Amino acid sequence: MAEFMTVLYVLLTLLLLLVLAAMLIWYERRLLALWQDRYGPNRVGPFGLLQVAADMIKIFFKEDWIPPFAEKAVFVLAPAVVVITMLLAFANVPFAESLWVSDLNVGVLFFLAMSALAAYSTILAGWSSNNKYALLGGMRAAAQMISYDVFMGLSLMGVVLLSGSFNLREIVEAQQQGWHITSQFVAFGIFMVAAVAESHRLPFDLPEAEHEIIAGFHTEYSGMKFGLFFVGEYLSVLLISAMSVVLFFGGWLGPILPPFIWFCLKTLLVVSFIILLRAAIPRPRFDQLMAFGWKLMLPLALINLLLTGAVLLWWEA
Amino acid sequence: MLSQLRSLWKVFQHSFTPPDTVQYPEQKPYLAPRYRGRIVLTRDPDGEERCVACNLCAAVCPVDCIALQQGLDENGRWQAEFFRINFSRCIMCGLCEEACPTYAIQLTPDVEMCEYDRQNMVYEKEHLLIAGSGKYPDYNFYRVAGKDVGVKTKGSGDNEQPPEDYRSLLP
Repeated sequence: MAEFMTVLYVLLTLLLLLVLAAMLIWYERRLLALWQDRYGPNRVGPFGLLQVAADMIKIFFKEDWIPPFAEKAVFVLAPAVVVITMLLAFANVPFAESLWVSDLNVGVLFFLAMSALAAYSTILAGWSSNNKYALLGGMRAAAQMISYDVFMGLSLMGVVLLSGSFNLREIVEAQQQGWHITSQFVAFGIFMVAAVAESHRLPFDLPEAEHEIIAGFHTEYSGMKFGLFFVGEYLSVLLISAMSVVLFFGGWLGPILPPFIWFCLKTLLVVSFIILLRAAIPRPRFDQLMAFGWKLMLPLALINLLLTGAVLLWWEA
Repeated sequence: MLSQLRSLWKVFQHSFTPPDTVQYPEQKPYLAPRYRGRIVLTRDPDGEERCVACNLCAAVCPVDCIALQQGLDENGRWQAEFFRINFSRCIMCGLCEEACPTYAIQLTPDVEMCEYDRQNMVYEKEHLLIAGSGKYPDYNFYRVAGKDVGVKTKGSGDNEQPPEDYRSLLP
């Protein structure tokens, strides 16, 4: 019976996530339009909601072209990697008290591992395309992943220290007295920067910078393979929003409304904030990105970890 | 860093400003009378064709989309035997309107001229001619020109004096 429930949860989560990732495209376009004083997609279906369906139909009927100079097997596999890792990472996100697929005792580590693995998607895509722009994009993705993953992990250690567990469910339950955002504000800022960089979202979308390297790692991709990169990107937006809600905003905790609704509302707010980042902030140069990561964010994360640890020790003594 | 936070806030403030979009098919944007759209051939106030088939428009057209053949009517007035504009080539530059000595060819603010068949974009003279005089309501070329083609006799036009009788010795 328990196994059956797990399978049911898996299927439900899978369905929900893929639909949400698609709807997120619509949501993002509408929000960007709102902030740019436009309407955005509003023709297909009510409020343009079916625009995504129309795009899907179109993208499925496009020619699925593999360049003759590409490394075929890797080229085909690369887009799947990002989707698979993102979906796997969602497995241990607790949506409510008893609503999760797997209750890992190393949840935070698993999340970090999966988001790091997702970088293989871009690197492999860039390398297998056998195209200099794609390779440049892949190399940028690799460098960005290495430098931003370091302090992403470090910024989360403060939260782990406070709640005394790597388990995401226990982290949420540790926030009964107050959300971690209140004490770990710096960590939240650092995590947000790192997470946006990990998911290659603007302003940190240097691996696919259209203006400099055409489309970076997915220059040679078309059709549904390109679509998978997009689904992966939107899944990772959802993932980092859900994770920041779990880690900093008290997950499903909240008065009156049911826990799952609270979780969705908070996630929606964070997603909107990430889209606002895209609407407002321009892309940095690559050396600026590296300098920002290593010279500012890493020391900040270390100081934050040090202070959190010191304060905890002082309290216990 | 501060400027980035400021730009975040500034962009967020746009949540409360209405969109500038004109919802086109339902809501038409304002097109000024001098907008360069579909080309028409106008008539003078007497209802005659203004076009004198001088070929200047066809000569100036950068994409060669105007074709016409000059002919004469019974009064010796120049008229186009055929006048054809291929709108699938036309770039609405308005040079023909500038070149026209008689204000015959004019551009209008109509831009909705889509067709499913390319051949339907070729407009003949009967499609181009309109009943009115367009942007210059009172202008009649043959009232200011010297030539007698049945509109007026020689020397009786606007700003024109009767021809001098150079055989007479009278002052």
